[in-house]
Amino acid sequence: MLQALKELIKYRDLFYMLTLRDIRIRYKQAVMGFLWAIFMPIVAVAAGILIKQAMAVVSGHSIDMLSVVSISVKVLPWTFFISSIRFAVQSLVGNSNLVTKIYFPRAVLPLASIAACLYDLAISVVVLVVILCFVHLGVSIYILWTPLILLFLVFFTTGLGLLLAAANLFFRDVKYVVEIILMFGIFFTPVFYDADSLGRLKVFMLLNPVGSILEALNHAVVLKQMPDLHWLIYAGVTSVVMFYVGMLVFHSKEQSFAENI
Amino acid sequence: MQNAVEFHEVWKKFKKGEKFDSLRDSIPNFFKNLTHKNREIALSEHEFWVVKNVNFTIPKGGVVGIMGPNGAGKSTILKLLSGIMSPTKGRMTINGRLSALIEVTAGFHPELTGRENVYLNGAILGMKRREIDRKFDEIVDFSEVGEFIDTPVKRYSSGMYSRLGFSVAAHMDPEILIVDEVLSVGDIAFQSKCAQKMRELLGSGATILLVSHQISLIQSLCQRVLLLNHGELIKDGPTDEVIPYYQNITFRKNEEDFKHKVKSEQGKVKINQDLALEITDVVLYGRDLRPREEFAPGEDLEIKVDYNVKQEITDPIVIIDIIRSDGVLCCSINSKESGKALGKLYGKAAIKLTFKGLNLAPGIYLTKVSFWEKEMIHPYIVHSHNVIRVIAGKGINLTNAVFFPEVKWGS
Repeated sequence: MLQALKELIKYRDLFYMLTLRDIRIRYKQAVMGFLWAIFMPIVAVAAGILIKQAMAVVSGHSIDMLSVVSISVKVLPWTFFISSIRFAVQSLVGNSNLVTKIYFPRAVLPLASIAACLYDLAISVVVLVVILCFVHLGVSIYILWTPLILLFLVFFTTGLGLLLAAANLFFRDVKYVVEIILMFGIFFTPVFYDADSLGRLKVFMLLNPVGSILEALNHAVVLKQMPDLHWLIYAGVTSVVMFYVGMLVFHSKEQSFAENI
Repeated sequence: MQNAVEFHEVWKKFKKGEKFDSLRDSIPNFFKNLTHKNREIALSEHEFWVVKNVNFTIPKGGVVGIMGPNGAGKSTILKLLSGIMSPTKGRMTINGRLSALIEVTAGFHPELTGRENVYLNGAILGMKRREIDRKFDEIVDFSEVGEFIDTPVKRYSSGMYSRLGFSVAAHMDPEILIVDEVLSVGDIAFQSKCAQKMRELLGSGATILLVSHQISLIQSLCQRVLLLNHGELIKDGPTDEVIPYYQNITFRKNEEDFKHKVKSEQGKVKINQDLALEITDVVLYGRDLRPREEFAPGEDLEIKVDYNVKQEITDPIVIIDIIRSDGVLCCSINSKESGKALGKLYGKAAIKLTFKGLNLAPGIYLTKVSFWEKEMIHPYIVHSHNVIRVIAGKGINLTNAVFFPEVKWGS
């Protein structure tokens, strides 16, 4: 395991080049280019607002600014999560010519595709920060939790991505199952609504580590409160365990990738 | 001195066919394999050995050729070496930075420009970014891609594509280099540049493993050859000693294909059932008058044709051809032209033709015997069946030449 990490560090240049490749090819021959990285989350936010508005109309309330901000803050990490998983699942099979022909630590492939998604997240976060400045959201000391919370998200995503990439290499069914789960995932993750508004069902929302991560983010950034420490610890532990399990399974199966792809 | 490469009783198993385990069996197996390191060694129904008990060591700085017919396990050994696959059983050690010139364009992405691809492919092959920065101009120069370096490679011609790939790979400075049939890209000028580059690497003291079917290339670069067949290492020794064995294997394979083809053609071509003339047998003899197929270059060869004439014919013409396995007509003896009149024929008889010193180069040849009516307008019968195998003795190597005359130098 330690050796696997060491080897990954040795191949960091390859990781960098592959990340660059994934970023470049995503927007090649597209007139709007990098604007897509901003435009796509905007569409997702708009969809969230639309749903929220519809719910508000039904229940007779009106939608406030804070919930719009809350949706935008949560949609970005969620977009990062689903696109990372989507790309990571395909990363080994999509590069089968490399996997069967050239030696390098295979973990670089899913890691690079996740890193490319992280880059998109970074762009949209910058845009979001600019927008939040305009709406005078303001900050509190609790915003210092965000780097840690995002780190948990990256760990969890990486672990899960590695695991699913390896699984998809052996059974192509995985990518369909993942697609279905991601499609319904938005209903079972507090992205467009707050977990607090669900009462007793809240626990089930937060058992999903992505859910507790998004909630913690909402508390720290939008509500300017201390995140629920229990759930944060839960998210942290799950993420690290996920990362470890992902690396372990990936590494132990790596040897047989070339002949099973 | 430490060995660069050591293979110790290496075995590798592959699966056959598309059948894979059902999900019900494979999920428990998946987790079982995670916990138990020892994989099962026994061969199951859908498996076969691609590499069987291969042992060899290559000292540092050695230049070794790997030869063998298709499916001998050469590429698998290279993949084991480069770490793409791991052996089912056995132990292998590699000391030094290893690079492989296998599929040099595998890392290319069509949407990226030449420049971006040089960096990407370099990184995939294990180069550092700074290293590529330093060698970039050299790589572009070598590839002759020139001004198109900032064009996406999907717009490249296939020649430019593979030249760029080779150039990147050729500019690594490995301690162990694996080369698999990639030296044949580009035009003659580029190929000679590649050969030049290979010689430079040889001079740098790198350990090189070269897979090729080109005997001349192996001869000019390697001191030692490993010969593989059906996954087994059957010969390991100096180049000149091993090459005849290689030729023997490829000949034999060629011959089998050839016989098979002849047989299937005979099955097809049955136009005329009542032939006026029938060839019952064609036998090849050596000087010792024993039937055989193997001859050394320069040996005497006698062809005896048994035939049966059912309707009387006059003055037919017999033509005996010798055709090389790739279809080149090597000689054609016409009975009329060489002064043999057959006269009136009826019933069973035989005819013999002796070649005094068969000066054919080593290879596989086929005899074709045909009987024609005297005007040479249509044949009575064409019979191509027999194989002559001219065997390379020690010191005689396969050439593309047909003719192998006895010569004498003077001054």
